[in-house]
Amino acid sequence: MTLIQTLKHKIGFGTDGLTKRKTVTFGDTTAVSDGRMWSFLSVFVLSIAWYLGSALELVNPIFWPAPSAVWDQFTAISQDGYRNFSLWEHIWASLYRIFVGFALGCLIGIPLGFAMGLSELMRGWFDPIVEFFRPIPPLAFIPLVIIWSGIGERSKILLLFFAALWIMVIAARAGVGSVKLSKIHAAYSLGATKRQILMHVILPNSLPEIFTGMRVAMGICWGTVVAAELVAAESGVGFMIMAASKFLATDIVVLGVIIVGLIGYAIDILMRKLEAKLIPWKGRA
Amino acid sequence: MSDLVVNDVSMVFDTPNGEQVQALHDVSFSLKQGELLSILGPSGCGKSTLLNIIAGFLAPTKGTVALASTELHGPGSDRGMVFQQGALFEWLTVAENISFGPQMKGMPKEKIDETVDHLLQTVGLQDFGDKPIYELSGGMQQRVALARCLANDPDVILMDEPLGALDALTREKMQSLVLKLWKETGKTIILITHSVEEALFLGEKLFVMAPRPGRIKKQYSLPFADAGLTQNPRDIKASPEFISTREEVLSMIWEMEEEIMGLATGTGG
Repeated sequence: MTLIQTLKHKIGFGTDGLTKRKTVTFGDTTAVSDGRMWSFLSVFVLSIAWYLGSALELVNPIFWPAPSAVWDQFTAISQDGYRNFSLWEHIWASLYRIFVGFALGCLIGIPLGFAMGLSELMRGWFDPIVEFFRPIPPLAFIPLVIIWSGIGERSKILLLFFAALWIMVIAARAGVGSVKLSKIHAAYSLGATKRQILMHVILPNSLPEIFTGMRVAMGICWGTVVAAELVAAESGVGFMIMAASKFLATDIVVLGVIIVGLIGYAIDILMRKLEAKLIPWKGRA
Repeated sequence: MSDLVVNDVSMVFDTPNGEQVQALHDVSFSLKQGELLSILGPSGCGKSTLLNIIAGFLAPTKGTVALASTELHGPGSDRGMVFQQGALFEWLTVAENISFGPQMKGMPKEKIDETVDHLLQTVGLQDFGDKPIYELSGGMQQRVALARCLANDPDVILMDEPLGALDALTREKMQSLVLKLWKETGKTIILITHSVEEALFLGEKLFVMAPRPGRIKKQYSLPFADAGLTQNPRDIKASPEFISTREEVLSMIWEMEEEIMGLATGTGG
């Protein structure tokens, strides 16, 4: 009994002693564990359903391939590549684009957001621009971007820069806005100069918001790069999916979709780990 | 000597709906170096405005503030601030918070380390130098705030309800610490508080301020802070003299609060 209890606890499917004594649990979020057990179960059930569905030939493989077909494509493509590029080159092509586009977005967006948070002129000047471009999905710019710089790397990076830019501007501006006046006053009374206050108070103080913005931007960038590659590219995971669909190679399409999902998931986990490491004070001030 | 002179200070705000609020009206006083002044008053009496003017965060519409015969404009490290809470830098450790001022001034590292070690001792946090701020209790955080302020060796320490968010027991301990630091360092201290007991116990001088317009209504010179250095704080707070002064001040503030309420309902209805 106790062994089962601890086991349940370890995988997140048990309640501790106090929680068990709680009579009111609905609405008490501390009484809701992360339900890790259910996560394992849901992945397991979905996999079984997929396997059974194709084993019993419930769906036409053209609509949805068998797991074994996807796996075979995975081993084949990871050995021989697909359309002139290896699988890793396709993945790297997509990742490279988001890293560069995202980095440029941060590089321009964060200082711009800071300026908007700190100066009336900058805020007033850029506010209509930011608010206008922010709600436009980056994909709406694909035709323009292709006209400007073709279907090469540059167009994709430009698009991703656009996708990340507004998010980072707003995150940085919010970060500046979150600094408590008493911290600024304290720093002035400790003899800090404006520059020192920017670097040693405002910047670190806004890191939690900036990091949240980075996580959102990363997610948007990943989605945008895949979509952009669907429209026009010569490599990348999105290109793989698009090229395969033209030959009704659903197994490759699904393989691509799974890769997109897994990498997106991995990026977010990585960002969350980084956040916990770099900004341990987040939410605890 | 670094005397603080507040001369004829007035402050008038324009509110968004066009009204003028006289936050302070002709406030004048002076403090000798090493005096401890506490300021009490109902909300809206301008005590925070006064503190912000002395700190240099607000420019008065009339009048001047001078420290050591030099007129003050803007904030400076000669006047340290201790805030209620949340003014510490949570991305820094306790020691890094304390060394912030000297660091900004580019003091040599050995000197900084020496200062920090000494101050950690003084406020009783010698084993907490490497701890992050957010792991500290409220009382400990305020100890860090005091130490951070002292690290810069200011002439005047301005305290804006530094103990307001602490529980009663911690608060009493911190009051004794403030007295100890005051005695040891000989700093001029201005303390704003909502607690009449705290104001009486810590203030060598006490100003009770009144609103509309903000002004000093009554000044006291009190013996309790000096006594607190040697005697048991509990005994002092239980002494007949302390209790009678406390009741006097309390009823004065009560009356003002009632008046404000009366005014509010009078104009509102």
